[in-house]
Formats: sequence, C-alpha cells, structure tokens
Amino acid sequence: MHIDIHTGLDSPKGNWWLPAHRAEKTWVVIAFAWCMVLFAMMPLWHWKGGQNPSGIRRRVEPAAFYKRTLEFTNQYKVGDDRGMPIVAPPPGADIYLTAMSFQWTPILKLQKGKEYILHLSSLDVNHGFSLYPININFQVVPGYDYGLRVTPNASGDFRIICNEFCGIGHHTMVGRVIVEDSATAPVAAAPGGVQ
Amino acid sequence: MSAPVPASAVGPATDVPAGTRFSVCAFTGRRLDETALSLTRWNAVTSIVALLIGAIAAVLIVLTRWQAVHLLPAVWFYRILGVHGMSMLIFFIIFFEMAILHFASTALLNARNVAPKTSWLAYGLMLLGAVMVEYLMWAGKADVLFTSYVPLRAHPLFYLGVIFFAVGALIVTGVFFANITMAKRERTYEGSMPLVVYGAMTAAIIAVITLVHGAMIYIPTFLWSLGLMEVDPQVYRMIWWALGHSSQQINVAAMVAIWYMLGALTVGAVVLNEKISRSAFVLYILFISMASAHHLLVDPGMGSAWKVVNTSYFMYMAVLASLLHGFTVPAGMELGMRLRGYTNGMFDWLRRAPWGDPGFSSLVLSVVVFGFIGGITGVTIGTEQINIIVHNTLRSPGHFHATVVSGTAMAFMGVTYYLIPLVFRKKVALWTLAKLQPYIFAGGMVIFTISMTFAGTFGVPRRHWDISFSQAPFDVQFNPAVDMFLALVALGGLLAATGAFIFIAIAVKSVFFGEPLGEVTPLTHMRGVPQGLTHPPKHSADVAERWEKMHGPEAGFMGPAPGTLVLVFVFLAAFMLYFFVNWKVLSFVWRIG
Repeated sequence: MHIDIHTGLDSPKGNWWLPAHRAEKTWVVIAFAWCMVLFAMMPLWHWKGGQNPSGIRRRVEPAAFYKRTLEFTNQYKVGDDRGMPIVAPPPGADIYLTAMSFQWTPILKLQKGKEYILHLSSLDVNHGFSLYPININFQVVPGYDYGLRVTPNASGDFRIICNEFCGIGHHTMVGRVIVEDSATAPVAAAPGGVQ
Repeated sequence: MSAPVPASAVGPATDVPAGTRFSVCAFTGRRLDETALSLTRWNAVTSIVALLIGAIAAVLIVLTRWQAVHLLPAVWFYRILGVHGMSMLIFFIIFFEMAILHFASTALLNARNVAPKTSWLAYGLMLLGAVMVEYLMWAGKADVLFTSYVPLRAHPLFYLGVIFFAVGALIVTGVFFANITMAKRERTYEGSMPLVVYGAMTAAIIAVITLVHGAMIYIPTFLWSLGLMEVDPQVYRMIWWALGHSSQQINVAAMVAIWYMLGALTVGAVVLNEKISRSAFVLYILFISMASAHHLLVDPGMGSAWKVVNTSYFMYMAVLASLLHGFTVPAGMELGMRLRGYTNGMFDWLRRAPWGDPGFSSLVLSVVVFGFIGGITGVTIGTEQINIIVHNTLRSPGHFHATVVSGTAMAFMGVTYYLIPLVFRKKVALWTLAKLQPYIFAGGMVIFTISMTFAGTFGVPRRHWDISFSQAPFDVQFNPAVDMFLALVALGGLLAATGAFIFIAIAVKSVFFGEPLGEVTPLTHMRGVPQGLTHPPKHSADVAERWEKMHGPEAGFMGPAPGTLVLVFVFLAAFMLYFFVNWKVLSFVWRIG
C-alpha cells in the first residue's frame, strides 16, 4: 500500500480516501453508538420520565393574558403579602403567573402531590422563570402562553427568581410560591369567594 | 488576472514584480505574500485590542459577582457584561479568525491574496462596526447584553454597527474562497489542500451560514428599532441563536484546524487518516446550525418533537465530529512522536513532549479542557429535559467558558506564539512568562468553570447583579456553599485574566517593540523562538517502515496510537457518568410536563 506520511500542513498526494486502522474505526463506531444513546434518552424520558418541557403552548396577546391572570387572582385570592395577592387554586386548576418588569404576580399557594396547569407569560420583555431552591427553569416570552402541568413533590416556601436579563431592576424580580401538605391545607376558596 | 503558473514554480505571481510583494519563509521555504501577512497582522492586532477590553471587563464582572466585593453598581455591571460578551465573543474571536483565514488561504498554500483592496475595505468596515458598537455600549445606549433579545431596545446604530461588522466578515470569507480558488487554478500546491486549510475552509463555510442568519435577524431588528416593522420575540430568539450558536461553531472549526497545525509544528503530528478527519469537518458543516436549537429547549414557541430532532439527531452528528477530532488530534500527535522514536510504553510520547513550548502546552490544555469540561457539560446540558435544571443558571456560562475560552482562546494564544516569529518575524518577548502563560490561563479557567458549574447547580442565575437580593420584595437564602463557589469563580477568573494580560503584554511587546527574529540556527535553543521552529520535529529516517509496523498485525488491536485509545475511553467513561448523574438529579424535581 502506498503510504503518504504527512502532517496537517502538507497537501496529501494522490488518493487519500483510504481505509482507517481497526482501532480508529472502532472509536468511530463507539462514538456513533454513544450519540444514539444521547438521542434515545430524550424520547425515552418523554415516555417514562416525569420532567419534560412539552406543555400546552399557544400564542397570546399580553393584555389578554394579564386579564386572565387578574380574573384568576380574584377568583381564588385568600390573602396578601405586602400588597401582592396570595392565590390558592383548587387542584387540577389552570393557574396563571404573569411576569413583568420587575415582578411575578400573583403569589401561588399550591398543595403537595396535586397537579396544576401553570401558565407562564410576560407582559413586556423576556423573563426567566427559576423556581428556587428546586431549580426548575423556563423561558418566559411575551406573546406566548407556556402551560406546564406541575405537581409539587415537597411542601415549603419557594421563590421565583428571574434569570433572564430584563432591565435594570432584573435582580429585584422575585416571586413566591407556597406549597402545603394537602392534609393540612385549608379548603380552597370557592369561585368568587374570599375577596 | 494572471496566467497559470507551473506547479513547480515557487515565486511571485506573474503580474506582480518580484521583490515587492513576496518573500520566502525562513523556516519552511514557502512563498509568502506580504499583503496577506499585513492583513493577518492587522486583524490579529485588532483582535488583541478587543481581548484587552474584554479582559478588563471580565475582571470588573467577577469582582462584582463575588458578593463580598460587589464592585460595580447595577447599571454598570449589566453594561460591562454586554461589553465583555461583544468584545470577546465577537470582536476578539472574529478578528482573529479573519487573521487565520488570510493566513491559511495564502501562506499555507504558497498562494497570494487575490483582492487586497477588497480585503482592506472589509477590515475597515469591520473596524467601523466594532467601534460603533463599543462606543454605544460604553455610552449606555445599548444596555441589552450580548444577546439583545427583542423587545429590549438599543440605539439603532448599535444594530447597524453589528451589521457593518458582519458584512465585513462576510467579505473576508469571500476573499478566502477567491484565494483558495485561484491557488488551485494557479497550481501553487500539488494534490489536495492541507487538512489545516480544509479546517479553515470549514470555518469559512460555517461563517457564511452564520452571517446570513445574522443579516436575517439584525436587519429586521435595525428596522424595528427605527419603528419600521415588528419583530416577534420568539422568532428573534430562534434566528438570533442561529447566529449566536453557529458562530461558536466557526470557533470550533477554526480551533480544530489550529489543533492540527500546532500538532504539526510542535511534535510533528501526522494525519492518521484524511478520510475520517475531513469527514468530521463535513459533519460540522451539515449539522451545526441546527445545534443552535439547544438554546430554546425550555422556550414556549417550539414543541418537543422539534426540540428533540434539532438538538439530538442533528446536534449529535456534530458532537460525533468532535468525538472523532478528539481522537484523531491526540492520536496524530502520539503517532508523530512515535515515528520520531518515542516508542516506549503507553505514554512515554506524552511524558517526553515539549511541555516548555507554549505552543504545545496551549494545544494540550486546549484539547483537554475543551473536551473534558466544555464538551461533556455542553452535550449534557443541551439535552432537552436536563436543560430544565440548567437553563440560565451559572452552569451555562460555566460550560461555554470551558469551550470558547479554555478551548478556542487558548488555541488562538498558542498559535500566536508561532505566528510572532512566522508572520511578524519577531522573537517572542518575555519568554519565561510565555512558557508559563498557558498554565496560568488554563489553570485559572479550570477553577473558574468548575466553580461556576457548581454554583449553577444550586440554581444561581447567570447575568445577575445581586444574588443576596437585598432590594427584592422576598428574601432568597442561598446555600452558604454558593458564597465559596462565587469566591472561587472570582479567584479563577482573576488568575485567567492575569494569564490573558500576560499574553497581551507578550504579544504587544513582541510585535511593536520586539527583537527582530534574525538568523535561526537549527537545533540550537533560542530565547523567544518556540522549540518547534528551532528543532523542527523530523520523523526518523525509516519512517515508512515504522508506520507499516505500527499499523500491522504486530501492533495488535490498539493500533498505532494505543495511549490515545486509553485516554478517549477515560473520556467516554467521564462523559457517561456526568450524563447519567444529571438524569438522576433531574428525576428528583417536581413532576412537570
């Protein structure tokens, strides 16, 4: 076999489309197989896993989304914290969280182990939904409603940090989510109930 | 323009008078086009000015994120963060890549620059764009950070400056293609183009794809900033990342080309198999622009099928390309060393490599940190579901500083130690520091990227002025470990910035005040001249026999590069561990879908 021993700075002479050594071929096959494993994990997790970013997604006018958030807030409001309404929707409900520079509204009070459909959207610029300290992160884009089925698996007092730069007050943008054990939680307010 | 020159002719092109524009390289005997060298120099120097601005910004940023120091006020923190991103990722890297394109398409092919005036015009346009963007950012008229996500609004001239810069870069890629086409036609080289030029060509092709996306998004955004049209925020994010991520693939292709080049210059690395190395470059071209989808994994605009297809099937074919180069680059070095007689055991070739040659140490550190930290974290966090626990936390910049800084910038620094004598014809100044610089820079970046990644696992957000949330309505108490990790980020960042400043000092001193290279006596150590030039890595006389033996049955299954084969399996094991640990961590969070 003709051998042309050269570096990457030299022009290979003649035909260089030659078979590789067995060791190099083996690495190509293993690398390819590993890439297929990387790929397979994603559909597999959609099928068997519990955490996926699929959601129910649709376009929405920011004003319409905010109106829906206010309706939702009035419907299930149970109190407030420093002027920010606390809302306790019943399990299974569609719940709405609006991001705007520089706040998240309202405060959500959820029950552990119950599923909700959490709708996220923004009134102005991009924001980042980051649930602390659970570390769940989603992009919040104006004009889009991201509806995620969420099931809290622990009770506690959580924070929502904005983790997409949204302007000079970005670092003050913090929201709140409260999760209670369903046994001890008060019965959710009836529609139009507690004001 | 000019008549074809016979293959054997090594001399000036026929329409250029001898002695005015061409010279002969003292080291390689290649024909050099002085205009092309001048373009290479100016682009490289401009790039280093941008690096200086970016590195000063980096120091200010890490000293602010270190909560105990918290140096800058909020408005200046975000402003300087934008300056850091644009200066480093755009101006430093792309000006340097323009230098590489000018160099690779001429000096490495014995060829000439076919369009000097156009090349200088392109440089001028890029410089104008860069100055406009820098001015507007420092003046506080473009506080939109690197990504400038619509509807955050900057001054219209900011977008126009980016457009000027991109158009200039696009023209340089055109000059690159014209140069290599004319080189082929004028037969300045025999056979196929060298692998390094092939890699540079890959970078140029990806640059065209990238810059077209840049035009597709910055022109509408410029018009939007003037109130002339609407730009959808989600569409912006999608097309912007086809620019923002693909431009990182220009960097990867250019970096891999430099890996092959530094391997050849420092240890006589051979090309193991042209077919595999070149096919891997083709995979980059075909699949890389799709990889930008991994920035949108937790966005509301796209469905899961779109996300999985674009980030897995397409991106993983580009990942495959990197896995192949990750084998062929070190294997080529190993085989090069073995062919020169360093044949003992598994790793003798590595032990006896020229660790004091800054070109070599930069190469190895670039490969290792890029692969082990940048590559493994990047592919893992670019997985659709795992991104839920990563998006916009510090894990994200932790990843890309390991790729673009410890990988690309480190490789660019390493090649500069060779370009100073080869292109600027000066000795490398501050030689003792130069030998240490790669270790300081890469060491700092390793501390920086690992600490940042750990801080990110606690949910610490990126691009954030104050994680003590002192002005927020609700308190946020981070784990005390976070303070330690952020202090380590600052420490590593300052160390790496020191490495960058040393590099800048060396480059500036060598280029502007440096000692002329003078006579180079082969096989004699010279201060300021890398070992690969004074002691060119020659293979032993019986090289063909050795090659046969190492590829024959007596070499066994491990073949010609057994040490590298062991190393890549260590790498694969680390990769698998990190990947599956992340799935495990993900499984603990709330059910979501």
